[in-house]
Amino acid sequence: MGIRTLVGMLVAALAVIGLLATQTSYSLFLPGLLQGALLTIEIAVLGSVLAVVMGVLAALARLYGAAPLRWLATVYVEIFRGTSALVQLFWLFFVLPQFGLLMDAFTVAVLALGLNVGAYGSEVVRGAILAVAPGQWEASIALNMSRAQMLRRIILPQAFVAMIPPWGNLFIELLKSTALVSLITLTDLAFKAQQMNQSTLKTVPIFTLVLLIYLVMSLAITIGMRFLEQRASAGLSRGRAA
Amino acid sequence: MTDQPMVRFDNVSKRYGALTVLDGLSLDIARGEKVSIIGPSGSGKTTVLRMLMTLETINDGVIWVEGEPLTHMDKGGKLVPANLGHIRRVRAKIGMVFQSFNLFPHMSAMANCIEAPMTVLGMKRADAEARAAELLDMVGLSQKKAHYPSQLSGGQQQRVAIARALAMRPKIMLFDEVTSALDPELVGEVLQVIRQIGREHDLTMLMVTHQMGFAKEFSDRVCFFYQGKICEQGPPSELFGAPKNERTRQFLRAVLEAG
Repeated sequence: MGIRTLVGMLVAALAVIGLLATQTSYSLFLPGLLQGALLTIEIAVLGSVLAVVMGVLAALARLYGAAPLRWLATVYVEIFRGTSALVQLFWLFFVLPQFGLLMDAFTVAVLALGLNVGAYGSEVVRGAILAVAPGQWEASIALNMSRAQMLRRIILPQAFVAMIPPWGNLFIELLKSTALVSLITLTDLAFKAQQMNQSTLKTVPIFTLVLLIYLVMSLAITIGMRFLEQRASAGLSRGRAA
Repeated sequence: MTDQPMVRFDNVSKRYGALTVLDGLSLDIARGEKVSIIGPSGSGKTTVLRMLMTLETINDGVIWVEGEPLTHMDKGGKLVPANLGHIRRVRAKIGMVFQSFNLFPHMSAMANCIEAPMTVLGMKRADAEARAAELLDMVGLSQKKAHYPSQLSGGQQQRVAIARALAMRPKIMLFDEVTSALDPELVGEVLQVIRQIGREHDLTMLMVTHQMGFAKEFSDRVCFFYQGKICEQGPPSELFGAPKNERTRQFLRAVLEAG
C-alpha cells in the first residue's frame, strides 16, 4: 500500500472523529478517552524504545557475545517470547514485590511490554544482520576493520533497512498489548472505555471512538515506519536503474 | 631490501570435513613479485588468496608475511594460533579485490575509499580524501567520486574496489578473479588499471585469473594448481610456451579452445 493511501486513511479517520465530535452523544466521551489514549501512547512509546534497545543488545549478544553473554541473551529471549505478556505483567507487578522488589504500575507496564517485544525484536535484528551479503564482511576484513567497526559502519547500516518493516509490525503489536495494563491498575484507553461503558451503557459511541483512536495511532506508526524505510533505502538504491 | 620472501606458505593445508582443498602447499613469493595462479575450478586457487587474507582458517602449516607468522604467533619460542590482535597487525600489509567487487552499497565511491583509512588507520578526513582522490584519479574515476556503487558499471565498481584496497597502502595485493563477473567489454579497463599499479607501485601481487593472455604478459611467475597442489610453476614463457606436465597441457588446451 502506498504511503499516500495510508495518509488518506489517517486523514479520513481523523475527519470521522471530528465529525462525530460535533454530536454531544459522542463529544461527551472524547476528553476521557483521549486522557486514556495519552497513557496508552506514553506506554507504547517508552516500551518501543526499550524494545529496540533490548532487541539490538540481545541480537548482538547472541551473535557475537562471549558464551555467558550469549547464554544470558538466549534465556532472556526464550523466557519473554515463550510466556505471555499478561503473565509477565503479573509477575513484575504482583510476584516481584513478594521478593522485595516493588515498582509502580507505569514502570512495570513499560518494562513488561518493552522486554516482551524486545525478545521478538532480537530475532528481527539477528535475521537482518545475517541477511547482509557475506561479501560485505569479507571486504571489511580485507580492509582490516575490527569487528565493532564492521558492525557499526558496514553491517548495521545495511541491516537497518531490512529491519524497519518487521519492527513496524512489532510496534503495532506493542500498541495493542497496552490494553493489558488495565489489569495492573492503569487506566489506559481500553480500560477507560470499559469504565465509561459500564457507567453509561453508551456502547456504540464509546467503542466507535475507541476503534478510531486506536486506528489513528497504528496508522501513525505505519506511516512513520514507511517514511523511515523510504529514507533509509534511498541511500542503498540511489540511482539504481529498474 | 631483504631476500626474505614477502609471503611464505609453509606446508599449508585446508580441509572442509573429508574434502582436502589444499594439500601441503609450500610457496614463496618475493617482494614485488607478480604471481598468477591458474587452474581448473575446485583446484584450490581461490582458497590460497582467502587464507592469506585470513578469510579462511587453515588446518595445517604456517603462513608467513615478511618473515613474520600471520596465522600464528610466537609464544615462548613456540608458534601458537594467532589472536585477532596479532592477525590484524600482520594483515594490515595485505589488500584484496574480489570477484564480486563487494563495494559498500550505502557509501559513495569516495566514502568507500576513505572509510577504512579513517576508521582503521585513524587518518584525518582531509588527508584520507586527498589520498582517495589521487587513487580514484589513477583508476580513471575522478568524475565519479560522488557516485554510489549502484550508479556505476561493473568495470567502474571494480576500479573503485581497487582504489579502496590501495588506500590502505598494502604491500601485498590479492586479486581474486577480478574480471570474471564483468561483461567482456569491461574487462580491458580493469586489466589496464592492474597493469598500471603493477608498474607504479612496488607491490607484491598475487592473482587468481582466467585471463591467460594477461597472466602471460603481466606475471613474473605462473602457478598451475590441480587438485589442491601446485602441479607446475614457472615463468609464463615456459609454462605457457612449453608446459612440462600433461595436466597443464590439457588445461591450457581446454582454455584456449574455449576462447
